[in-house]
Amino acid sequence: MDIAAVAESMFRIILAFIVLLSVVMVSAVIFPFAMRRLWGFMGDRLGPNRVGPQGLFQPLADGLKLFVKEDITPLQADRLLFLAAPALALFTPTLMQVVIPFTENYTIADLNIGLIYVVAVGTFGVTGLLLGGWASNNKYSLLGGLRSAAQMISYEIPLMITIVVVGLLAGSLSLNAVVDAQESIWFVAVQPLAFIVFIIAGIAELNRTPFDLPEAESELVSGYMTEYGGMRFAFFAALIEWSNATVWALVGATLFLGGWRGPFGGSGIYLALKVAFIVFVIIWFFSTFPRLQVDQLMSFCWKILIPFSLFNLVTTGLLLALLPEYALWGIAAVSWASVILFIGLFHRALKGILLKKRLRALKGF
Amino acid sequence: MSSPDATGRENMGAEAGRGEVDGRPILSMEEMLLNMGPQHPSTHGVLRLILHLDGELVISVDPVIGYLHRGMEKIAENRTYLQMLAMMSRMDYLSGIFMEWAYVRAVEDLMDLELPPRAEYLRVITAELNRIMSHHVAIGDFMLNLGSWTPFFWTFRDREIAMDLIEMVTGQRMMYNYMRVGGVRYDLPDEFEPACREFLDYFPAKIDEYEKLITYNEIFLSRTLGMGVIPPHEAVSQGLSGPNLRGSGVKWDLRRAEPYSVYDEFDFEVPVGTWGDAFDRYKCRIEEMRQSVRIIRQALDGLPDGPVNVKTPPMLRPPAGSIYRAVESPRGEWGVYMVSNGGLRPWRLKMRDASFVAISMLPRLLAGNKIADLIAIGGSLDVLMGGTDR
Repeated sequence: MDIAAVAESMFRIILAFIVLLSVVMVSAVIFPFAMRRLWGFMGDRLGPNRVGPQGLFQPLADGLKLFVKEDITPLQADRLLFLAAPALALFTPTLMQVVIPFTENYTIADLNIGLIYVVAVGTFGVTGLLLGGWASNNKYSLLGGLRSAAQMISYEIPLMITIVVVGLLAGSLSLNAVVDAQESIWFVAVQPLAFIVFIIAGIAELNRTPFDLPEAESELVSGYMTEYGGMRFAFFAALIEWSNATVWALVGATLFLGGWRGPFGGSGIYLALKVAFIVFVIIWFFSTFPRLQVDQLMSFCWKILIPFSLFNLVTTGLLLALLPEYALWGIAAVSWASVILFIGLFHRALKGILLKKRLRALKGF
Repeated sequence: MSSPDATGRENMGAEAGRGEVDGRPILSMEEMLLNMGPQHPSTHGVLRLILHLDGELVISVDPVIGYLHRGMEKIAENRTYLQMLAMMSRMDYLSGIFMEWAYVRAVEDLMDLELPPRAEYLRVITAELNRIMSHHVAIGDFMLNLGSWTPFFWTFRDREIAMDLIEMVTGQRMMYNYMRVGGVRYDLPDEFEPACREFLDYFPAKIDEYEKLITYNEIFLSRTLGMGVIPPHEAVSQGLSGPNLRGSGVKWDLRRAEPYSVYDEFDFEVPVGTWGDAFDRYKCRIEEMRQSVRIIRQALDGLPDGPVNVKTPPMLRPPAGSIYRAVESPRGEWGVYMVSNGGLRPWRLKMRDASFVAISMLPRLLAGNKIADLIAIGGSLDVLMGGTDR
């Protein structure tokens, strides 16, 4: 191997590290701040606006404060696992970016099984939270860790089915191919149903409101991170939460919103804007919705999301096999129709279910 | 309910795998004892709940109260009637006016004092403002318990305006010390009436805004409908009162049932629920805020002129005897039982608090629910430890 090739591969590796870590760090600085300001705006408040212009340096001040705090390990905790859990949880957001096409020319590794890789690495994310909850030796943390395990594993399934649908549409499992396939039309227009399922399941996967049961402040006192303090808490609360959100938004933008594509030639800026939009949706949900309950969470996943996404998968596959020429039109028609039907019927169905529940509750007393 | 041994584990032996809650078989592996509170974000102060959990399922609940006990009833025996008045609003600190009101009513009725009408109107105005403020906290905290933050900020934004209004009248934002035996302390300042009318015009639209954000949200509905149902007979036999009772469909409001002060001169409705679940209790509170706005508007329109208090001797000496007087506080019936022996100090002062009764419902209400619902149901009862522990 000659020196030029070695140097080039070294350069690629270093560049990859810089990209991976900068996405994680920048999202951990910008998005918590954006969340607090937006949330303040929606709650008719100002939000943090004292440190620096418009409060821009607030995340740095918070980070510094948490950094100089004492690093406490509870006496009864499983020390090794307790210390390792935040680091383990950081693997997922870092590694998942490997297959994402940031611009037309730059993907860290264009795997031909990129979609499967995304799912596989995403599933790994629960380990850190579960370990953190278990190792803390705190009952609230244990409940939080168990909740996150149950929830994330359940919501993996609709997420995977949705990703398979995208793979069918693109005809490939490589994320670059997915972006290429969206040259004429973004998949969100072809498959709105899949996009909605992806957003819902993704938010559940990220443990964000209304699916923030693992860290429910009002019930479990922050769940799996109750016992963490100082920098380790900052790892969980800012770094991992928000870099996970960013990475899922990256995946969502790549799968459904055309990735780096945009008017006047594509670039990474379009991708960043799309990511910001998805994160904005997450923040918007956060400041509007109450939290779901555990069994409602599960029944919503198993009774609504999975049947819908399975139906979506089957129709997409059938249309692609039977009408290869007009498949996109057919898929779009079916998907839009089911979204409208879903929105129209959901309210009525829920009303009936809730009335029955009330009757049962009154009778059962 | 068997009591836990020293390790906190119930001695259930071989039966551990075959438990049953509400007729539903449960597969229990090992019970977990969880001590929720007194330091917990959603126990409304310092309520402590000892939970026996099977996973997420609550098997039994033991509420422990007393962490905010200040011995108010005993203190009262060593204070003169006027001195004790300053302590009253420190009990149920979110609705202080009502504590004072029940207390001064008891003393006035013992002494057979006749009040000037303007004093009664001022009492009604401040009390209804206070009711709105208390319901703000109740709804905001309830939503916080359900995991939604924004309603909390919205209600507190409007509570701030009501607080400024009540501060104009009484000089205080929480511990008012406004009522006096024989009237009230201050007359209205000149700037109060325009400011209050502005609030009354502004506020009903904001209640609609809360309802748009909260009431018709599917997640909120699925969290509250059919949750924590209290049937009417159960509510009555437990002695519940206030929105907790009216949520169950029992139309019992002391302002209407045993009209005191000048409430029979006002036109307002008593909102009641149908099902007695968390949603109905929430809805009752929302409607009561609307009715309070109506009452304040009528009171401002019909405010009579005249003095705001009658002259009383500097040292109050009610004649010997005993009396019970209650007012409809935002949390229910707040009552004062006073025994006087004709001296300078009450011989005995006993307070009846509605949150205390609501807490006694908790074990029955919460067993068999999930932890998340425990928080939701507890929040919908709107208990406050300041009044419970006294």
